[in-house]
Amino acid sequence: MIHTYELNGYHILLDVNSGAVHLVDKLCFELLSFLTPPLSERCPDAALAALDGRYSKADIAACYGELYRLYTDGLLFSEDSYAQFADQMVSSPVKALCLHIAHDCNLRCSYCFASTGDFGAGRKLMPVETGKKAIDFLLKRSYGRRNLEVDFFGGEPLMNFDAVKEVVAYARSKEAEYGKNFRFTITTNGLLLNDDSIDFINREMSNVVLSIDGRQEVNDRVRARVDGSGSYDAIVPKYRRLVEARGDRDYYVRGTFTKYNLDFSKDVFHLNELGFDQISVEPVVAPETAPYALTEDDLPAIFAEYEKLSRELIAREKAGRGFNFFHFMLDLDQGPCAIKRLRGCGCGNEYVAVTPDGDIYPCHQFVGMEDWKMGSVLTDTLDLEKKDLFARTNIYSKPECQACWAKFYCSGGCSANSLQYAGSITKPHRLSCELEKKRLECAIMIKAALSE
Amino acid sequence: MKHIKTLNKANLKESAAKGGCGECQASCQSACKTSCTVANQKCEKK
Ligand code: SF4
Ligand code: SF4
Repeated sequence: MIHTYELNGYHILLDVNSGAVHLVDKLCFELLSFLTPPLSERCPDAALAALDGRYSKADIAACYGELYRLYTDGLLFSEDSYAQFADQMVSSPVKALCLHIAHDCNLRCSYCFASTGDFGAGRKLMPVETGKKAIDFLLKRSYGRRNLEVDFFGGEPLMNFDAVKEVVAYARSKEAEYGKNFRFTITTNGLLLNDDSIDFINREMSNVVLSIDGRQEVNDRVRARVDGSGSYDAIVPKYRRLVEARGDRDYYVRGTFTKYNLDFSKDVFHLNELGFDQISVEPVVAPETAPYALTEDDLPAIFAEYEKLSRELIAREKAGRGFNFFHFMLDLDQGPCAIKRLRGCGCGNEYVAVTPDGDIYPCHQFVGMEDWKMGSVLTDTLDLEKKDLFARTNIYSKPECQACWAKFYCSGGCSANSLQYAGSITKPHRLSCELEKKRLECAIMIKAALSE
Repeated sequence: MKHIKTLNKANLKESAAKGGCGECQASCQSACKTSCTVANQKCEKK
């Protein structure tokens, strides 16, 4: 399988199964449209005839020769040899927890997927004992895995920050005994950050996600407080303080774009102007009926915006003023292994979410869907049948993904969105797919541009 | 090559043979969370 596209003056050829990315010239690009495997040593007559006149015969033959060489080297039309691994996808140890330390929030963001923090089940804080039980659960169910992740999530986790501290201390106290390495992360809306929490986060958390949507008017329109006032003025100075004190450890500011700001590249650059260089601004995922929801009609505008953003990022990078835009980050050489790419997010298998009541769900997006409850950390129960179902969910169990050129980059998308918007965990959500593919095209094009 | 420039090492197939240790970071791709594209993650072995 191959994917070819033209973007920003570059002609790009992606060989899906080998992962090879080739930058080709116009002749090569045109020639490719006539080729289907298996290739023979001689250029097909139909191609010669069609390109004759615009290119010299010698050029066409030379170009074909180069393509043929890629083909014999396994870098063009390479075979799909991964289905065998997909069959081996079995239940894995649990290695990551999303700990819903607070089902409560001090903001009322209009697009919140968690019903303004309580996931539709009442405002609640996780008792420390439940948090410790979740750590015990992870220590036991992770078997031989050494690196364990715990993400403090909400709601707003700072609303239960004493519990965060105690759970972190408890987990750390078990590391040596169990031979584990905990990596903590936290996602916050920033309102409650103070010197004490900044200090703790910078000491203990391997990554911190700071929510902000960009320009003040964009942010404050959706990220409003209970009384309707905006959050921008309160959080920006706190984020700056945190990031400054953090040194070179990971963080990112992350925003959401909606129908209200289809010119979201301005928000990306605004965040950079505020002094942040690790930035993520992502499409809202919401039912089509919501006024802020993105729909297929918005795709052309969003695509144009992604292109604009990539051109500007290239220019800044070349001028030595580059920054990281998360959705364009891509490592063409040293990325994760193919097995990881087949598996995707690991939801319900390697990764589960735990609610304030200790209930286990496949991931934070499933929280509150009773049918998908998988057990409880209080009773140390886990529904292994459901776990197996998720373990078997990979790109080869989804027909759309199997046929998709983006599969080894995307890994099959978000099961929760697939369930909510396409009706099944194995049925990709088309709008998300279109956005994902566009971002990948941009990301690869940026690599091509920066390779010159 | 005159018409083609290959941008990477294309080692996806090799990575399947020695991969799957599971020590790498979990990778929620949802917009509401960490939102990693799997492809932007690091391998723990390297
Ligand atoms: S873009 Fe869509 S179809 Fe393609 S791999 Fe991702 S989820 Fe599957
Ligand atoms: S199902 Fe979606 S929201 Fe849940 S962990 Fe996977 S990518 Fe994230």
